[in-house]
Amino acid sequence: MPHKPPTQEELEKRKIVGVNLETVTDVSSTDFPGHYPGEDHAWDIERFKRGFSVEFHQNDPHEASFSLIGIDASIANAFRRIMIADVPTLAIENVFVWNNTSVIQDEVLAHRLGLIPFTGGREGLTDFLKWYRKPANGDPAECKDFNTVALELNVKCEHNENADPNETDPTKLYHHAHVYAKDILFKPIGRQVDYFSGEDIIRPVNPDILIAKLRPGQEINVQMHMHKGVGSDHAKFSPVATASYRIMPTITITQPIIGRDAEKFQRCFPKGVIGLEKVTAEEAAQKGSGYEGHEGELKAVVVDPKSDTVSREALRHEEFKDKVKLGRRRDHFIYLVESTGQWKSDAIFLESVSHLKAKAKALEKQLVNMVR
Amino acid sequence: MAARPDSEDIAMDDAPTSHQPEVKDDTMVDDAGEDVEEEEDYEEEEEEEEEVQRVKLLPGSTETAASFEFSNEGHTLGNALRYVIMRNPEVEFCAYAIPHPSEAKMNVRIQTFEGTTAIEALEKGLRDIQELCDVVTDKFVAAADDFEKKKAATA
Repeated sequence: MPHKPPTQEELEKRKIVGVNLETVTDVSSTDFPGHYPGEDHAWDIERFKRGFSVEFHQNDPHEASFSLIGIDASIANAFRRIMIADVPTLAIENVFVWNNTSVIQDEVLAHRLGLIPFTGGREGLTDFLKWYRKPANGDPAECKDFNTVALELNVKCEHNENADPNETDPTKLYHHAHVYAKDILFKPIGRQVDYFSGEDIIRPVNPDILIAKLRPGQEINVQMHMHKGVGSDHAKFSPVATASYRIMPTITITQPIIGRDAEKFQRCFPKGVIGLEKVTAEEAAQKGSGYEGHEGELKAVVVDPKSDTVSREALRHEEFKDKVKLGRRRDHFIYLVESTGQWKSDAIFLESVSHLKAKAKALEKQLVNMVR
Repeated sequence: MAARPDSEDIAMDDAPTSHQPEVKDDTMVDDAGEDVEEEEDYEEEEEEEEEVQRVKLLPGSTETAASFEFSNEGHTLGNALRYVIMRNPEVEFCAYAIPHPSEAKMNVRIQTFEGTTAIEALEKGLRDIQELCDVVTDKFVAAADDFEKKKAATA
């Protein structure tokens, strides 16, 4: 039997995951050789290039949203996982407590300090700073300017002599009643001044993070060492607050939804997803369209399926039965990357791509080694 | 370490080694020495001078049907690699597994048709991932630039 190539419509249909009231259909990808007899689904970089596209929705330093279209879930998920767990950042790893008379215990204070996101000169962070290797038990630490960033926090709470006698606000009554992230000072060593000075100084992303509250006579005096690390070791090293994707929702209205039904239908979706348009004279004149005699009435149209949450509310109502089909596009991933501030959000994604490439490259070399 | 001759129990030495690396000499002194060596290798690995062999061919493999063991890899690479290898028409079967969550190991099984070998299919898969990453980077950078330009034009 001669094989008939699939129509464009058929190709589009293959990408859709069906979402029914209680079930889902066609969840797995089918673009593998041998799945459809007579069709060529072999990996081809040129074909991938033609089918793949990127679309930006938002690109701010702290938050980026973009779509990768025409890529498999396994690859998209690899990028997401790498962004969370494998892109390195600099964070406080060791805290040396000289004095801590605050009510916060040393270990809790150290933990709080570790979680504060810092930033600094990009070149210094990516190129100059290298990994710090933890010394074996008993060996002295090898802290060098290229693997350790030193910080200091030295605050003492004292009475404010100039405060109003009736003042009740501790921040006005005392000096340093609140210890903030901005009180942490960067102590450059060696070549660090070349990379981290002026605008590029190592500093907390959010200067107003409250670290501790003090009362007169209490003080915190700690030194800190920052090292590079990855999120798989500790969440404080993760460069993202969240890195996630949604799969593009699809809404197909198969039969006309008109009038009050249309308004109700619109309310089944988040704002902006469904629009209402007037039925035109042309549509009303068309036999069998379902619009006959409804000229001027409102009909439901899909405006912005991307904003849909796929709550399936529309499927619960009898009046929309067989009039709407919900689904998702299996190869359309809407990413949301929220940076903690050390990296630009779009740079985190780019770094994840080059990380996956480096991983594959290193293992290819290893494989050649293994065969030899 | 050795079991008593009359013992019914299997001595630890006789237990199946599964996919654990074979330790030739299990005296304490040698173990310590190996640890140091491994850590030195670790440092070199960080400096992109990898010495530790992280890919291993598991026993029982033939030319066209082989299992590979990757150390320090997980679902991130496993699933991506499985996908690109499955896109190879010469490959009859490909799957990955993480045999136990507390061991940082990932296994890939590849069975190929006559004409290519499992090792070749794996190598092609790793190369395909690299090509794919280049395309994604190019298109992403272009899209980001376009978005910036459009934003500047409307502002």
